[in-house]
Amino acid sequence: MKLTVWTYEGPPHVGAMRVATGMKGLHYVLHAPQGDTYADLLFTMIERRDHRPPVTYTTFQARDLGSDTADLFKQTLQDAYDRFKPEALIVGASCTAELIQDDPGGMSETMGIPIPVIPLELPSYQRKENFGADETFFQIVRTLAKPMARTKQITCNLIGPTALGFRHRDDITELTSLLSDMGISVNVVAPMGATPTDITRMGAAHFNVLMYPETAETAARWMERELGQPFTKTVPIGVGATRDFIAEVAEITGLDPYLDDSRLRLPWYSKSVDSTYLTGKRVFLFGDGTHVIAAARIARDEMGFEVVGLGCYNREMARPLRAVAKDYGIEALITDDYLEVESRIEALQPEMILGTQMERHIGKRLGIPCAVISAPVHVQDFPARYSPQMGVEGANVIFDTWVHPLVMGLEEHLLHMFRDDFEFNDAAGPSHHGGHSPKPQAAGEVAPQDAPQPEIAGTSIEVVWLADAERELKKIPFFVRGKARRNTETFASERGVGEISVDTLYEAKAHYAR
Amino acid sequence: MTELPRLPVSGGCRDEPILKQRGQREVFCGLTGIIWLHRKMQDAFFLVIGSRTCAHLLQSAAGVMIFAEPRFGTAILEETDLAGLADAQAELDKVVDQLLARRTDIKQLFLVGSCPSEVIKLDLSRAAERMTERYAPSVRVLNFSGSGIETTFTQGEDACLASMVPVLPKTDTRQLMLVGALPDVVEEQAVSLLSEMGISPIKVLPAPRSDIDLGVGDNTVFALTQPFLGDTHAALERRGARHLPAPFPFGEEGTTAWLRAIADEFEVDAETFERVTAAPRARARKAIAQASEALNGKSIFFFPDSQLEIPLARFLTRECGMTAIEVGAPFIHKSIVGPDLDMLAQGPTLSEGQDVDLQLDRCRAARPDLTVCGLGLANPLEADGLATKWAIELVFTPVHFFEQAGDLAGLFSRPVRRADLLKLEAAE
Repeated sequence: MKLTVWTYEGPPHVGAMRVATGMKGLHYVLHAPQGDTYADLLFTMIERRDHRPPVTYTTFQARDLGSDTADLFKQTLQDAYDRFKPEALIVGASCTAELIQDDPGGMSETMGIPIPVIPLELPSYQRKENFGADETFFQIVRTLAKPMARTKQITCNLIGPTALGFRHRDDITELTSLLSDMGISVNVVAPMGATPTDITRMGAAHFNVLMYPETAETAARWMERELGQPFTKTVPIGVGATRDFIAEVAEITGLDPYLDDSRLRLPWYSKSVDSTYLTGKRVFLFGDGTHVIAAARIARDEMGFEVVGLGCYNREMARPLRAVAKDYGIEALITDDYLEVESRIEALQPEMILGTQMERHIGKRLGIPCAVISAPVHVQDFPARYSPQMGVEGANVIFDTWVHPLVMGLEEHLLHMFRDDFEFNDAAGPSHHGGHSPKPQAAGEVAPQDAPQPEIAGTSIEVVWLADAERELKKIPFFVRGKARRNTETFASERGVGEISVDTLYEAKAHYAR
Repeated sequence: MTELPRLPVSGGCRDEPILKQRGQREVFCGLTGIIWLHRKMQDAFFLVIGSRTCAHLLQSAAGVMIFAEPRFGTAILEETDLAGLADAQAELDKVVDQLLARRTDIKQLFLVGSCPSEVIKLDLSRAAERMTERYAPSVRVLNFSGSGIETTFTQGEDACLASMVPVLPKTDTRQLMLVGALPDVVEEQAVSLLSEMGISPIKVLPAPRSDIDLGVGDNTVFALTQPFLGDTHAALERRGARHLPAPFPFGEEGTTAWLRAIADEFEVDAETFERVTAAPRARARKAIAQASEALNGKSIFFFPDSQLEIPLARFLTRECGMTAIEVGAPFIHKSIVGPDLDMLAQGPTLSEGQDVDLQLDRCRAARPDLTVCGLGLANPLEADGLATKWAIELVFTPVHFFEQAGDLAGLFSRPVRRADLLKLEAAE
């Protein structure tokens, strides 16, 4: 048993859901207890998808335990097929169903469903989300993809992007145009956006672009072996990596390397004197292996930072990451325990953290600027605007994203330095970086900015808060307290009420109710 | 004299047939209850014994709360724990030792069962007994199940409170117990209204701290503030306490009827009742009238979620002028929501349990003006052109009693007003 509060990765069946939800025309029937449907909201809320994930759960309950659950699975599978008419099905068990040993694969085989039904073995008590995605995609490819004649023109498959992937949507766009500039068109993007039929024609591409090793490396290796398709080893995040990627593609295809860098701004921005203060900034990097390896190179070679620590939470990437760390003269931190990450950050005292949403919160607590470079991420990192990490525009996006909190950090620092000046004071409140929260007030003391201020001179009268009303006001959450105070005072002064009682407070609340 | 709630002319819904379907359920499991319970019980820690899925669920449902050193966590079962069960008990001891050493402020520890721990039949009640002895008197260890195979969403709170009832000390004091975890501000409003009527002593379950004097016995009467407390209700009756049936305190009418049921039990005279409630009732009516303008004449469809659906449908149809098409609840305890069913006019389909695909078919066919549903369904329905109100907010936000009545109506009117406000199609 392991005591856990925060997990970087979900269980492996969530990885399978990421593949299924990324694809079209594929349906996932998951043997799982009532409650496991919570995972749907990751897709509908965080990624803001406008349709339900194509996943049907058996949602068995206590009373179903026994032989009943097997029938329930078969019925659910049949119903899902009849209702959704997918081109292919994947079937599997979540952690609880793994314990009751119903064997979804075996059961589905006996049912004579006239489309491919692909069984998934996802060991929930050993492996995690990324493994789930990688294994699911591999099983789908292995079942559906076949050797076939290559396309006349040079084409490739983009493999690895899934639902809930960090910037996967825009990385696809960026890479597609990068390759198109070299005269290479994309055969199939998978799993994101692909149908099972698309998977069957993946063999027609000349090579594969492995966008994210975490989610597609097993499939890439299988296709290399079985379909004779080489795959790219460089992930084009950052200027240097993008150039290396282009060179690698040129070597695979025999085409001339070409990169349209007319809109590439990172190199000049980084050279301009405004960036001098970035030199030697001590940064700590954490996230999934791929994004950390890419970020380390950008940090050192393209931004001029000093990488003081790096690590990843997915042990599948431990070996390549350790090799990179050696090159930087540091030891990699391979852990999925955020407390270890936090204590390493505390020990290293970096000036900036590049990590996941967890590191963002660690940074907030420690007062260290932070930018997000990797999943897991929250809703704000599935932005409406175009913001890839890969390629030319990706480099521009990365420069802005990383520098922004540092500039803010500088502002914060200046404010801090001049804190005792007459124009600044503690009660001015923290910026969104925290670490400088206003001092807690002694009981009964009224904060300066909280004091009643007759706002409209002339028309208003002086209103006084009675003690019990003041206490009642304190019970209201701080982020709406100011509004409640203003509304109540306006309400009271408009009515010529001089004293605010608990009743006045609620009369005002009722008055403004919407 | 306060008028009693008028029953609907068509007759209430208490004896209406209930549509019962089984199939895929799109609901949370009871573990989710931990997220609000741990805020309420300030010296308690909730330790889920489960899988990575359980930890991931809590993290997804708790959102940013997870970063605030919450007093809950998951002991994730690993391969080795599944091999031999004796091993699992020893492992659990180790995790709890580790936890209590780090958090010395913890006075109550709940071992919370999950689907995996229930399926492998890990005996958490024995573990809790053993640990209670071991850590006595500084920490009390209890257990309950929040597993999805046994509990749905708010039933987690029910299971937790029910686990506390057998260990409450016995008292013969004539007292009122309010049962259900409420936001502090709401709880204090309720206590203050009842105190002004001269009712005392008033106790609350769950209490904010375990050292607060809270007992139960034959002279205890209790009122539920939440409709999902069936097991707690039964456990309290087993301890000799008596339930005061009432509609739930949502809206002006519901709050008044709820207070009246208690006032009658304590023989509060009509004049006192009127003096205490007149002003807040008037405020509530006014606030509801303002906030519900957008809801008048609109139709509403409830997917099952929290068991709050029936009392809320009662409030929205009677006080906000809405028409209910379907009222779905994960479970319907008639003895508990009976008074609300009596007041709900006949007409809507009452459904218990769920086959989500069939229910979605019914919802899309009916095209309600507002659909109350979970976050897994809300955006897909919005994309179909249906306005939705996501249901979880109704559990986290202060919505009970007079002063929140306007806010409660506002939660439902906001999506309707927003749908009217946005002119996105015209811009294309």
